[in-house]
Amino acid sequence: MNTAHLRIRRGAGDEPARYDDFAVPFDDGATVLDALMWIRAHRDPSLAIRYSCINANVCKECTIAIDGKVLYACTTRLIEGRAMVLDPLPGKARLRDLVAETRPPRERIV
Amino acid sequence: MIHLDTDVLIVGAGGAGMYAAISAARSGAARVLLLDKSLVGRGGATIMAQMTVAAALAEESDDDWRLHLDDTLAAGRGLCDKALAAILCEEAPVRMREMGEWQVGWARRDSGRIAQVTAPGHSRPRCCYVDFLNTGPAVAATLRRHVSRIDVIRRLSNLTVTDLVTSDGAVVGAVALDVASGEPVTIAAKATIIATGGLTRIYRRNSASANMGGDGYALALMAGAELVDMEFVQFFPIGHLAPRLVGMDPIMWDPFRYKLGGRLLDGAGEEFLARYGSDETDAYTTPRDIATHAIVSEAAAGRGSPQGGVFLSFEHVPASDLRAAFGPVIERLAKNGIDLSLAPVEVSPIAHYHMGGIAVDKRMASTVPGLFAAGEAVGGANGANRLSGNAISEALVFGERAGRFAAAAQPASGWSDAAAAEAVERIRSIADGRKGEESAIALLEELRSLMGEAVGPLRDTNGLERALARLAQMRTALPALAIAPGREFNPSLADWFELCAGLSAAEAVTRAALARRESRGAHQRTDYPDSDPGLARRQLVTMDATHRVSARWAP
Repeated sequence: MNTAHLRIRRGAGDEPARYDDFAVPFDDGATVLDALMWIRAHRDPSLAIRYSCINANVCKECTIAIDGKVLYACTTRLIEGRAMVLDPLPGKARLRDLVAETRPPRERIV
Repeated sequence: MIHLDTDVLIVGAGGAGMYAAISAARSGAARVLLLDKSLVGRGGATIMAQMTVAAALAEESDDDWRLHLDDTLAAGRGLCDKALAAILCEEAPVRMREMGEWQVGWARRDSGRIAQVTAPGHSRPRCCYVDFLNTGPAVAATLRRHVSRIDVIRRLSNLTVTDLVTSDGAVVGAVALDVASGEPVTIAAKATIIATGGLTRIYRRNSASANMGGDGYALALMAGAELVDMEFVQFFPIGHLAPRLVGMDPIMWDPFRYKLGGRLLDGAGEEFLARYGSDETDAYTTPRDIATHAIVSEAAAGRGSPQGGVFLSFEHVPASDLRAAFGPVIERLAKNGIDLSLAPVEVSPIAHYHMGGIAVDKRMASTVPGLFAAGEAVGGANGANRLSGNAISEALVFGERAGRFAAAAQPASGWSDAAAAEAVERIRSIADGRKGEESAIALLEELRSLMGEAVGPLRDTNGLERALARLAQMRTALPALAIAPGREFNPSLADWFELCAGLSAAEAVTRAALARRESRGAHQRTDYPDSDPGLARRQLVTMDATHRVSARWAP
């Protein structure tokens, strides 16, 4: 079992930036989305993330910034050693944690 | 509090829900409201499907919808609702031709004819597809495009329906959690269509998207509707197991087997399907229920692969053939460290589809006035085992009907704020968080393991009774579960409602599975290994006012 270190941007709306650190055990080949789901189940259920298809990379909902690059959490592999820094998709309003406002304007209730 | 008013409310915006919206608008509904827990047109099962769609188009051979019906009924092991199955088979060609006109991009032969392959259980080549492994995404994109062009359809994302609202015994709308704000929303509707897909997300190994946790079944049960065939969960036999594969649907080996055959081998490298009565010498023909039973039995007997499945090998297929059939996919496999010419992969059954669901008539109307269903949420058409390729056909055919008949429905009763008050209060009561020892997500994880182990492909009395006891304990724990503070996009609120729904769906499956003391199709009991001709009957599941779930044999 390997260990990944994730620094995750937290907070709702315009709250000041804050990062939480998590150490996540993982098997070879596991992804950032695997780690985020593991954190929700075992460390912090309040961590907000967007995903739908989990593994097929068809919904594209899990798009976030990983070490500053826009990537899919479901296809980015975890690494050992240095921490990976996760932020919500840049250029969009932040709703909470890694969830950005990616709904098309016409699909919002207000 | 936001209150919405619509003619046709559609809960779930996958293939069935999007088609139902198009159909309701086409049938004259002035206002259609299409909701999804996730993003409209991005969640659900349709977008995940890679192959194939069954329709008697007769492009590659003589075919007729009645022959498709014969195959569907045979796969259903004597339990299909023949009227629903006939609708599915007769109307599938109309819907697939229409998808072709809408530029879905069906794969075609050099002659220009739509390509159709023979999937297991079909008597002739009947299954069309979009290359490469792109059938579901292409269908979903086509439907999204059409939905967005119709002005009367209002789309809303990230709305989780927590309750249907009933008044004088009829469904008159719904209460939803607006995930983005954490606030309740009430929705008055003249007719409501459940298009939430199935329940495979309540199994640990599943090919579901995140939002297929059985909510539609729980909503229907709470509104007083009947469910049917709930014990029949289809496990897709050759779900990917190892090595870890990312960026691809775990059921992606199916099209490889259609096009290239491939051999299923036990841990010692020997073929084993013949021992379970299925000979694949000539072609990939083993039905899903039989293959699942064979693979699970081999692994349970200690003859499996290292990770507890079996091997799927394409080592005998020339690399040039692999590349010709799956060009870009071969590159994606290489990125995952998989070279099919050099080594087999490991596969094992994975929860894939739910045959059971909401009992409906030919109009897709449930047993409760004002409530309709579409797609996988509907029960009955596929009996004890679904034929390959019938799921997207069902999504579009049943979606079309549900939208059409819901648009024409005359409301039996009107909206009532009082009838919605309890459900609204339930959201408000937890929206500011709650301290507690356990979280809903921890119990959701446990639920998935429990269902996989005790209510999975092989079942027995002890396991099913253990599952029921634990489900009851989890239900008792619901009022005390911890909920993190914070309203906006707080996932622990959504988790709590997902657990509530998942427990009801799980109980429906487990009670029906315990009562069916035989093995048939996807329901395999190690303590009752044979089919009982006297049990070629369906079970109905209902919930009473105290939320007690029970199964009874249909008359």
